Amino acid sequence: MIRFEGVTKEYADGTTAVGGLSLNAPTGAITVLVGPSGCGKTTSLRMVNRMIEPTAGRITIDGEDTATMDPARLRRGIGYVIQHAGLFPHRTVVDNVATVPRLLGWDRRKARDRSMELLERVGLPAELARRYPHQLSGGQQQRVGVARALAADPPVMLMDEPFSAVDPVVREQLQDEFLRLQAELGKTILFVTHDIDEAVKLGDQVAVLRVGGRLAQLDAPGRLLADPADDFVAEFVGRDRGYRGLAFRPAPPLEPREEPTVPLGAAPEEVRRVTADWVLVVDAGRPVGWVEPRAIDAPVTTDRLHRGGTVARLDGSLRAILDAALSSPSGRGVLVDDDGLLLGTVTASAVVAALDGVPRTDPVEPPEPVER
Amino acid sequence: MDWILGHLDDIGGYTVQHAWLAGLPLLLGLAVAVPLGWLARRRSWLYTPIVAGTGLLYTIPSLALFILMPLVLGTRILDEENVIAAMTIYTVALLTRTVADALGAVPDDVVAAATAMGLGPVRRLLTVELPMAVPVIAAGLRVAAVSNVSIVSVAALIGVPQLGVLFTDGFYRDFLDPIVAGLVASALLALLFDLAIVALARVLTPWHRTPAAARSGSEAPS
Repeated sequence: MIRFEGVTKEYADGTTAVGGLSLNAPTGAITVLVGPSGCGKTTSLRMVNRMIEPTAGRITIDGEDTATMDPARLRRGIGYVIQHAGLFPHRTVVDNVATVPRLLGWDRRKARDRSMELLERVGLPAELARRYPHQLSGGQQQRVGVARALAADPPVMLMDEPFSAVDPVVREQLQDEFLRLQAELGKTILFVTHDIDEAVKLGDQVAVLRVGGRLAQLDAPGRLLADPADDFVAEFVGRDRGYRGLAFRPAPPLEPREEPTVPLGAAPEEVRRVTADWVLVVDAGRPVGWVEPRAIDAPVTTDRLHRGGTVARLDGSLRAILDAALSSPSGRGVLVDDDGLLLGTVTASAVVAALDGVPRTDPVEPPEPVER
Repeated sequence: MDWILGHLDDIGGYTVQHAWLAGLPLLLGLAVAVPLGWLARRRSWLYTPIVAGTGLLYTIPSLALFILMPLVLGTRILDEENVIAAMTIYTVALLTRTVADALGAVPDDVVAAATAMGLGPVRRLLTVELPMAVPVIAAGLRVAAVSNVSIVSVAALIGVPQLGVLFTDGFYRDFLDPIVAGLVASALLALLFDLAIVALARVLTPWHRTPAAARSGSEAPS
């Protein structure tokens, strides 16, 4: 566990970057520090590995005061990932990843083997190992940055906006892989971002900081959206928080309705036999899209499909299920099981009706009864 | 022309001597400029005094410096150490700013990453910052090399033998051949130094020789 106890950073000119910050980042969990620029989130992060020294308070890692530790030794035990990856341009990918193991005195071969293993783990093909960083795309560089931070298997990781310099599609991909990796590795992670959506997506708990480095709220993401502590947090969390909060609400007990389907390649007559305005097309049990019977004049091919509808898992979040219903051209949201096989459909009104019966999340509940 | 053919041995000997007097100070000057430049970067209040101070050294006339050296070093006037020391001072004058700025041009995120991984200041300098500064430092060295080859000839006036002797000889005898020979040999020597530095920088920067990623390149499969 990383523990901040009244940590303050004041500069000589009198500005306070971080003001009396106290919080715990529990072992094996992702704690996100989020806030507008100037809220001291990066400063807070850099005080953990003593790249910046606090002016008051203390930071402990698993009970040990970092101020008493040798900075170089402390840092070798903490993985660090930054925005533009900060790879060494003059070293190959494999040597970049091997940096900390080599510093720790591993022999060349062992460090190399470990690097190759990690490159595979972060989804990079082995043939990239001999390349130099500038020969990689931004997303690939960021993966190398993560691999490099993981190289010596540090229990603690500090991540400073690691995904904000890549395009949105790649960012989402990196975030998903990061969560998958964390599920396997269970590191104690302190993660800094200015993006509240990233914060609620990745954080087990989210600390919202206001300018001057003061903690505005520390909560699980679902609670942050459902119950902002004050106006600042409410505004920072942003609009649509009711809808976004659905992502953290447990799936209600929904009965998927049976949906008539036609297989891919079905003839127009077969499609028209189904008496509905939109007909769901399946391929080997998996939903692939909708077709409009009166617009079909040839066997159904994939390029005739309406692809607007999203697909949700029955045990997925309320947000995903409601979105499936709202995005479907037929108004019926497609539900699948864990293997992606069709279970049935559900309408938005059924989801909302079920929603009314679900308690508003969270183990720790606000005292008032839910307003009706 | 006959004179040149008849004195190839002398010209060769002077050239070797010239290369030594101009070349050794390049290495010594670099060895002094690197820690000075590093210090100027690490302590921002030292940057101006160090960079401006060393830069001023270049304004000292070479003849004056050659004559002053025995007084400072306690050497005799004809010792080649005087020339080596003076040329080292000029090299430091040219290289300190280059080194400081080259180190300053290492991207902040790279320096931060190196620090965060537990590289101490000296190790970071030797294994990250200097290797990355090679192209800029090499450019500075090329200027210093040409400058040294040119200035060293002045040492002929205090009697230290090198190609400059050919100029004074030709001048006193009102005879063009040695002067032409000295000019050509100096130019060739400067060119040789330049090529050697370019080649060395190339060997030290293998990452500069690889093509960049296609910007439109697709992401790795996941």
